[in-house]
Amino acid sequence: MKLSRRALLGTAALSAVQPLARRARGDEATIRIGVLNDQSGPYRDVSGLNSVVCVKQAIQDFGARAKSLNVEVLSADHQNKPDVGAGIARQWFDRDGVDMIIDVPTSSVGLAVASVCREKNRAYINVGAGTSELTGKQCAPTTIHWAYDTWMLAHSTGGATVKSGGTTWYFLTADYVFGHDLQSETSHFVTEAGGKVLGNSTYPFPSTSDFSSFLLQAQASGAKVLGLANAGADTVNCIKQAHEFGLTGKTQIAALLMFITDVHALGLETAQGLVLTESFYWDLNDRTRAFTSRVKDKTPNNIPNMVQAGCYAGTIHYLKAVVDLGAAAAKASGAATVARMKAMPTDDDAFGKNHIREDGRVLVPAYLFGVKKPSESKGPWDYYKLLFTTPGDEAFRPLKDGNCPLVHA
Amino acid sequence: MFSIFGIPAPLLFGQILLGLINGGFYALLSLGLAIIFGMLNIINFAHGALFMMGAFVAWMLLNYLGINYWFALLLSPLIIGVFGIVLEKAVISRLYKLDHLYGLLLTFGLALVIEGLFRNEFGSSGLPYQIPPILSGAVNLGFMFLPIYRGWVVVVAFVVCLATWLIIEKTRLGSTLRAATENPALVQAFGVNVPRLVSLTYAGGVALAAFAGVLAAPIYSVNPNMGSNFIITVFAVVVIGGMGSIIGSVLTGFGLGIVEGLTKVFYPQASDTVIFVVMVIVLLTRPAGLFGKTA
Amino acid sequence: MLGYSRAQGMALGILIALVIVAPGVLYPVFVMKVLCFALFAAAFNLLIGYVGLLSFGHAAFFGIGSYVTAWTAKNWGLTPELAILLGGLGGAVLGLVFGWLAIRRQGLYFAMITLALAQMVYFFCVEAPFTGGEDGIQQVPRGRLFGVFSLQNDMAMYWVAAAIFLAGFLLLHRVVHSPFGQVMKAIRENEPRATSLGYRTDSYKLIAFVISTFMAGIAGGTKSLVFGIATLTDVHFSMSGEVVLMTLLGGLGTIFGPVVGALVVTGMENYLAPFGAWVTVTQGVIFIACVLAFRRGIMGELGALLKIDL
Repeated sequence: MKLSRRALLGTAALSAVQPLARRARGDEATIRIGVLNDQSGPYRDVSGLNSVVCVKQAIQDFGARAKSLNVEVLSADHQNKPDVGAGIARQWFDRDGVDMIIDVPTSSVGLAVASVCREKNRAYINVGAGTSELTGKQCAPTTIHWAYDTWMLAHSTGGATVKSGGTTWYFLTADYVFGHDLQSETSHFVTEAGGKVLGNSTYPFPSTSDFSSFLLQAQASGAKVLGLANAGADTVNCIKQAHEFGLTGKTQIAALLMFITDVHALGLETAQGLVLTESFYWDLNDRTRAFTSRVKDKTPNNIPNMVQAGCYAGTIHYLKAVVDLGAAAAKASGAATVARMKAMPTDDDAFGKNHIREDGRVLVPAYLFGVKKPSESKGPWDYYKLLFTTPGDEAFRPLKDGNCPLVHA
Repeated sequence: MFSIFGIPAPLLFGQILLGLINGGFYALLSLGLAIIFGMLNIINFAHGALFMMGAFVAWMLLNYLGINYWFALLLSPLIIGVFGIVLEKAVISRLYKLDHLYGLLLTFGLALVIEGLFRNEFGSSGLPYQIPPILSGAVNLGFMFLPIYRGWVVVVAFVVCLATWLIIEKTRLGSTLRAATENPALVQAFGVNVPRLVSLTYAGGVALAAFAGVLAAPIYSVNPNMGSNFIITVFAVVVIGGMGSIIGSVLTGFGLGIVEGLTKVFYPQASDTVIFVVMVIVLLTRPAGLFGKTA
Repeated sequence: MLGYSRAQGMALGILIALVIVAPGVLYPVFVMKVLCFALFAAAFNLLIGYVGLLSFGHAAFFGIGSYVTAWTAKNWGLTPELAILLGGLGGAVLGLVFGWLAIRRQGLYFAMITLALAQMVYFFCVEAPFTGGEDGIQQVPRGRLFGVFSLQNDMAMYWVAAAIFLAGFLLLHRVVHSPFGQVMKAIRENEPRATSLGYRTDSYKLIAFVISTFMAGIAGGTKSLVFGIATLTDVHFSMSGEVVLMTLLGGLGTIFGPVVGALVVTGMENYLAPFGAWVTVTQGVIFIACVLAFRRGIMGELGALLKIDL
């Protein structure tokens, strides 16, 4: 008995020291950035450690040290679970003195963390989540949404596909909020442009790996376009199997959310001819190439995609606002920092010059890319050719349709 | 074109065939699981991870050594089988006297470690693996467009299951195996090296998983999570078929593939839950599963 | 006292002292999470440790408790104590149905039926509109206790969670040491003999099952108020696995084991989060080590060392 009591007291004493040490550190004017994303699940390659690398690159490129700003980076895995994500966010704010959270893929986690940030008045730059709710009904004075959202994908990929003659659609939809959003928003553009939705299959997420049955149903419907309202490994599997079942010749595939990492996973042989939307591509211009060459060696697996580039750009812009506002004031109020970010135009190597709307939406241009044939590709990661550019102020949902409460004020 | 329940008949036939193909994977995986359970009394939760490793080994053989699909189909199960022997000797053999729960937890832990390590090394978005040229393309069956590779999968799965059943039921090795399951001490007394037999059985079971993994590589992406999508379903197949029953696991595997395929037409959202509905009904009406012996 | 031995009484005193001291030392929200899981694991332990029933779908009851509490607190504006109580009742009602079905089978088959039923509950929660699907029920208000005391402050919430945990923990212990508990243990040791002694073993098992699921529902409900969110995580299969891990790691059939197990597992998830991808690997290694090296769990081994029941 004695032994256990001593052991327990020992543990208690030990853990008592740690948080005190942390609290003491919290007093200096250090800016702490928390990168919260998926580091072990299906979106690990889309966000993950590459996002952390990009945030650190941003701090270096911004020249934080030269501007006598002390910046620390924390990172954690939210396992795509809203409660885990919200729990980590709370703990970061309450205990570790984090001032800004960035990335947060997976819509449900993105929304959960947004409400924690709002409650605690800390800045929040979401890059990884797709839901347009972040700048819609659930917008917050502390939230900024970078890179992309479901409306922008549906508008760019969906709209372009209808325009090029893809008038009848069949959807393959992952049975969760993101999938349903993507499907309904795309359906909207399809019908608006005079097209028709012939049917859909909603499949269990994330436990489905065989899509052949749904592909057969899509084929039987006679639709010209197969709309994939899903992401990551599901999209890759769908396209692979569509190829196998000979759908690719007759039916056009519209992968509504696809990243360059997914194209890499498919291989150009299978992926060629696909049409997709991203707001960043490494080989777009001199600035994007320069940015990519800076981070490439630090990320062994991947070239950055739009999410990771968004983490870079978001961090740069946030630090600009912090310097402008003064570190102490920025630490005191996330809403004030975000307001200052909205007031300043953005300028970075990944996305160029843009600005942020009052609902928190960053108006970056949306690029419609076609995937190259293997013969057209000149080297590793040379995958896209630019088909069409939608300028930033047309790429996203009009302010009045979002019903963001901030806008009425 | 006539129709059944409002679904055009050709579509329905197509779905049944596709269900049968998926059933082939279930049968191969649950067969290995059933053999291991029958002999070792271990519920091998690492089965999904070993299935995944089988696919990865095929990918590595191709990309690091230039060894093609056909040799991978042979080599990968061998490599994973050897790995299985190591696992069995090193950890699993310590659990034979204990409750099922411990075997389940240990192999679950193994699965977490294996999948975690692969994820750290290869990422989670998957790796490409092409269908071998001979098997690419498709044939038109009239009611559907069948990729040749899928046809190959269902045939080869069926043949392998049949061969395994024959080995266990009709050969001398098989009868020794079955005897060792019933009474290891007696078989040992007859001069059979039972621990070695047990190791080989485990190796055989996981080799079947690896074989299924290689078969799956060209149609599903080679992905560290590919096994965990399967494992609970396959586990349910074994329970429904009757724990340890070879023929039960094979037939149930194919059968549930069809049930799942039909659910995908009528109520796709429920296609992975339907198996559990079947499981509850079966266990409440036939306590030892469809083909199990009642104790 | 209350069926505790002297050593157990002292351990209980230490536990209570730790619950009081902990929020001053550790992050209170983290401690609350540990307390919720500790209660959940203790409820699970009642079945596996004392009746010998392995439920592989306990997340269903935890999750339903969590959803019912969150939904009633958010949409009906119920006070926290009523919402949590309803959560517990939700768990108990579901437990009554599932238990009634599952206790017809033994051992592994019992585990499989509970697993299958829990998968159906998960499916229901994915599809049903009131659960909010993937997003879950977010921004659940903590409300005012008895309509009076606001729980918005973390420390206020902490004392409520601590009180719920201690009450639940003592109640479970009381059940184990009652005449009812003795029959439970008799069933675990030798069911046919208990039957031949004239006990309706099925009724005992069912009652134990319902008590356990009630407590699981309470634990889930409390968790949803603490974090202000009820999600699919709470009903997912991995939650069922996690509670098995906690109980096993702490020690099956020990009084304090589930609490220690909950602390270790939750702590691990919390403090390993910065290491990202290594979390699953570490968890796996701990599983393996636990099964190979200390099968009786932390408190089981410690108790054996000190020759007392902890």
